[in-house]
Amino acid sequence: MSIGADIVAALPELFLAGTAIILLMLGVFMRDISTRSIGLLAVAALAFAGALIYLGDGRGTVAFNGLFLNDGFGDFMKVLVLIGAALTIVMALRGLEQEQMNQFEFPVLLVLATVGMLMMISANDLISLYMGLELQSLALYVVAAFRRDSLRSSEAGLKYFVLGSLASGMLLYGMSMVYGFTGSTSFDVLAQVFASQEDAPSIGLIVGIVFIAAGLAFKISAVPFHMWTPDVYEGAPTPVTAFLAAAPKVAAMALLVRVLMGPFGDLVAQWQQIVVFIALASMLLGSFAAIVQSNIKRLMAYSSIGHVGFALVGLAAGSEAGVRGVAVYMAIYLFMTVGVFAVILAMRVNGRAVEAMDDLKGLSKTNPLMALAMAALMFSMAGIPPLAGFFGKFYVFMAAVEAGLFELAVIGVLASVVAAYYYLRIVKVMYFDEPVEAFDKPVGSELASVLAISTLVIVLFVLIPGPIVDGAATAAEALTSAGR
Amino acid sequence: MVIQALVFYLFAAVVVASAVMVISARNPVHSVLFLILAFFNAAGLFLLMGAEFLAMILVVVYVGAVAVLFLFVVMMLDVNVAQLRQGFLQYLPIGALVGLILLVELVMVLGAWVLAPGTVEGSGMPIPDPSQVTNTEALGRVIYDHYIYLFQAAGLILLIAMIGAIVLTLRQREGVRRQSISKQVARQRAEGVELKDVPSGGGV
Amino acid sequence: MNPLLVEYLPILIFIGIALGLGLVMVIGSYVVARQRPDSEKVSAYECGFEAFDDARSRFDVRFYLVAILFIIFDLEVAFLFPWAVSLGEIGMFGFWSMMVFLGLLTVGFIYEWKKGALEWE
Repeated sequence: MSIGADIVAALPELFLAGTAIILLMLGVFMRDISTRSIGLLAVAALAFAGALIYLGDGRGTVAFNGLFLNDGFGDFMKVLVLIGAALTIVMALRGLEQEQMNQFEFPVLLVLATVGMLMMISANDLISLYMGLELQSLALYVVAAFRRDSLRSSEAGLKYFVLGSLASGMLLYGMSMVYGFTGSTSFDVLAQVFASQEDAPSIGLIVGIVFIAAGLAFKISAVPFHMWTPDVYEGAPTPVTAFLAAAPKVAAMALLVRVLMGPFGDLVAQWQQIVVFIALASMLLGSFAAIVQSNIKRLMAYSSIGHVGFALVGLAAGSEAGVRGVAVYMAIYLFMTVGVFAVILAMRVNGRAVEAMDDLKGLSKTNPLMALAMAALMFSMAGIPPLAGFFGKFYVFMAAVEAGLFELAVIGVLASVVAAYYYLRIVKVMYFDEPVEAFDKPVGSELASVLAISTLVIVLFVLIPGPIVDGAATAAEALTSAGR
Repeated sequence: MVIQALVFYLFAAVVVASAVMVISARNPVHSVLFLILAFFNAAGLFLLMGAEFLAMILVVVYVGAVAVLFLFVVMMLDVNVAQLRQGFLQYLPIGALVGLILLVELVMVLGAWVLAPGTVEGSGMPIPDPSQVTNTEALGRVIYDHYIYLFQAAGLILLIAMIGAIVLTLRQREGVRRQSISKQVARQRAEGVELKDVPSGGGV
Repeated sequence: MNPLLVEYLPILIFIGIALGLGLVMVIGSYVVARQRPDSEKVSAYECGFEAFDDARSRFDVRFYLVAILFIIFDLEVAFLFPWAVSLGEIGMFGFWSMMVFLGLLTVGFIYEWKKGALEWE
């Protein structure tokens, strides 16, 4: 394949990388250009990259000598990542100005992190997987510690960095094992090797897969590799937390699905128990540990651990329906999280950010519209029927039942009942408690519009499920049919 | 062959011993020095395997730059070692357990070391004969051409590292008078020198 | 033996001699010389004073910045070696591939320069 065709295949990634460099140069040469304009340009670039993916043909083109793969699954996940990144950057603009971290590097780093995520999703080789992951992680470590004068932010950045490097180390260790036992890092070759093997794979290979799964589980913050999440989410500046909770989660989940379903697709029996275990543990821990939280950012951290557990239920099924469930779940999770963080970013009293749950008391009286949107999001997160969150859970549990994982599905449903308790408690706090000091008004057009968009997606999903469900179905089909 | 084996065991033993010393030395500066020793011996192991380029890069980059940076950091942090070690014994059992499990796994893995069938022809890049092509050249033939995607990604990662280092550590101090060379050079005589006519005998 | 390793034999011999000589000196001084340490002899010597404080003191964070920027460019140079050796075979494509890579890092360099990270005030 010629380099021209390679460039066409990776056009969105290349475009974004180029944009990041141009923005960096713009920011450094035009001293008076505001972070806001750089951020808006970054959002425009993300939107354009989304359009490029939408228009490009994602029919399993392999580029760069088999390192890079474009397919329907990748396209769906990439569009999700781009939406998540764009929405969170829009939300961050005002927060940056209020929190005195108004540096133009912030949007540049986020765009570079997004490039890394797209590379992760498109990885067709263990090495390109690793490069994409590092590109994304390195940028995120920096933004987590972005408010360097704040002890908590620095601590969050350091914690994220140390544990993240540990996870990268495990991932590399597993990858070297797999390479040692199969002689290749290419997903295609790996899939062929495993398909041609009749007897059970050697123990070294299984150890390798376990290490790879563990490294990736860290990136999606699934239990037992979740320890960093609450501290990092709480300590990082809120605009950064919003970004961390949305796009990277989707990208890492897509990567995990691609690795386990693609090259290791024939070894379902080997990794299924692992995924079942981390799904169970994540759902239970996410539900129970969140009950005692009073800080809303910490609560969202546990909530995201729980959601990852639910999404993994779909992966544990190891079927096309399961992958579709994961895709739908991640799409809905993305919009719900972005919406909730829009509310959290709007939680400011007298120009100061507050993040305790008690600060939401009586929101229905002081800001009824925001309370209504937040209530819808909370009901959706809890999985109450007409809202989108219910359908996300529905698809993954159906897939698990079809695959015969009844216990997992039952425990999942129970865990979601427990989780409903603390989501509904927020609704109760907003609607039935005496109002405390009202939040600053106006919340700003960016936050209001992001909140409106995500709430509308969540509420209207039941009427127009088409784009997400059909897209997810195409994506799942592309992933599962290609490897066989 | 005997010399090769002997040297291998020498290097391997020193790597392991100095790695143990890295984490057990009381003085963090000693830890860094042991780390350098470990790097050197790892470079020796690479050489024994014929990976000449990697060995040299390990010495140039890791010993020459990374370890020196570590020394900087150790000095800069001015860490209280006794304080750092407080939890050490408390976490030792669980750490030892994890290490033991890993060791057992490794032994099991070694016992079952079988290359999957059909892999050698599957690997995309045949390794050129080391007696014909040097290590460095063999690497050069693939990095920039076959693996251009990864190569450029590495460039992007380095760029992020640069941005990150500056964002996180650069502080613009207030009230510092910087030297502006262009301004200095562009200065005219008229701006700096004033001629006063002092009448002779009149005093200033 | 492997011809590659034969080339490194002198270094091995050198390391052996250096190690041996170092050990002989240290052990020799222990064996031959009289050892009568007392508290004055073994204490740190600082121009006749007692040591004032710990030898380790905090460095300015700017040293760290310079060091890390150096490492980044060090790594960049590491990529240049195989490129220079194999440039004849990889042709124009390899040449431009490296130019793009260098361009990326040059962008970083311009950024550093304009930010004033290389100035010492």
